[in-house]
Amino acid sequence: MSEYLGKLTLQGVSALGRWAVFSVRALREVRSGQALGTRLVRALFEQGVRCVPVIAVVAAFTGMVLGLQGHYVLSRFGATGMLGTLVSLSLCRELGPVLAALMIAGQAGTALSAELGIQRSTEQIDAIELMDVSPEGFLVGARLVGAFFVFPVLTAFFVLIGVAGGWLSGCVLMPHDSNSYWGAVHEAIRGKDIRECLLKAAVFGFLTTALCAYQGFYAHRSGEAGARAVGLATVRGIVLSSIAILAADYLITAVLL
Amino acid sequence: MTTSDATSAAPLLEIRHLRKAFGTRAVLGDVSFQVQPGAVLSVLGRSGTGKSVLLKCVVGLLEHDGGEVLFRGQSLENPAARKALRQASSYVFQQNALFDSATVFENVLMPLRARGEGERELWPQRVRDVLHRLELEDATDRYPAELSGGMQKRLAVARALVTEPELVFFDEPTAGLDPLRRNAVFSLIARLQRERRFTAVLVTHDVQEALVVSSHVLWLDSGTVQFDGMAALFATAQEPALREFRDNIEALRESLRSVANPTST
Repeated sequence: MSEYLGKLTLQGVSALGRWAVFSVRALREVRSGQALGTRLVRALFEQGVRCVPVIAVVAAFTGMVLGLQGHYVLSRFGATGMLGTLVSLSLCRELGPVLAALMIAGQAGTALSAELGIQRSTEQIDAIELMDVSPEGFLVGARLVGAFFVFPVLTAFFVLIGVAGGWLSGCVLMPHDSNSYWGAVHEAIRGKDIRECLLKAAVFGFLTTALCAYQGFYAHRSGEAGARAVGLATVRGIVLSSIAILAADYLITAVLL
Repeated sequence: MTTSDATSAAPLLEIRHLRKAFGTRAVLGDVSFQVQPGAVLSVLGRSGTGKSVLLKCVVGLLEHDGGEVLFRGQSLENPAARKALRQASSYVFQQNALFDSATVFENVLMPLRARGEGERELWPQRVRDVLHRLELEDATDRYPAELSGGMQKRLAVARALVTEPELVFFDEPTAGLDPLRRNAVFSLIARLQRERRFTAVLVTHDVQEALVVSSHVLWLDSGTVQFDGMAALFATAQEPALREFRDNIEALRESLRSVANPTST
């Protein structure tokens, strides 16, 4: 048993090391293969623009549920005036960064794993390598750089839509005062909250993009081949990303509180 | 039998005692050979004898377990020599490895863009030239999935040749093609090699066609070199193992002919 655990630990540490080397190489060699601008624009479009609809829908419903639940719970204590505070702080400090990252990972992360997995299984990555281009830098680097911008921007968008959703359910569908709601939002959010929100988003962006890319890039090492390897890489990418987001969320919160 | 065809010229590529195993299964035993500038070397052998593995070890896609690969006399253990090989060579993959999300034009442009080679303004013209030579000029805006098998193979060759490489590796360039297309691909390789004078290393099963286009032959069996010499010598050599190999190929051809055309037998 102890031998098995030791082996598992060594495998885990080794995989973590390979992932770190992969990520650093992707960033360091981002210029390899030229056309960085084009690759960056494509990354911003795929991770950013394409995820806007899903972010908007999820944020709106999250805010609406918070508005409803908040109104119900706060009214028990006669504190409905705190609804704006509850909705905005919940979204800004926790739900916004985490849910936005999970949504982007679900859409852009899985697409990235599958794309790289197929490129691996059809030898396209080998072809790039033989052109004396770093495949990590060429295929992944721009997406990592893009993630540092996209995740914070989409998280801010998520928070704004979510707060509006809270207003819709709390003040339009329920009998809460709009002025009181927006006043509480204005009072509650501080610079520190926004910085924490954006920091979390940037860290989640790096983690999910690097993890999903790594799984796709090395899909052939899973012991499976072809379509099955791509499917496995995609599942691993999203599962590991989700775990990493929640673990990092706890760590960052614990450090910054 | 190993008939080394030594010449006075320095080899462009030299492989010394290359070994490769997957787990406990040894694929390449102790492979050594040289490729002279301007030569067309065909690597022949039965399926599973390690021909493609050999090629991938030489270019660095697979790590070998022992031995050495030298390009222009420099070991590829040296990163500068490895870079020089990659700058000077191209590789045609067995399954083409075309960029499926890019058009025909973009596929051929990619190596020029990747290496930043030559004047940027001339890249489109160079791409159009090579597409014209390979009769793909009407397919520039199409995607690889929209092309026939033969056109995909020509596109893979176009992508390999657009940088005007000194050395081209062909890994089973006719795999999965019908006999007519196989002949067309070999003719194409022979014509382009004559025009551009590149050195070629060609892994193939098609012995007769390979002998026509090759200057040299390397015959692998069970991961070791059984013949290394001029193509003309390979066709006439009388060693029992070699004769058996050629006879088996000929018997298979006869058998296929009789299946395809039963009245002629």
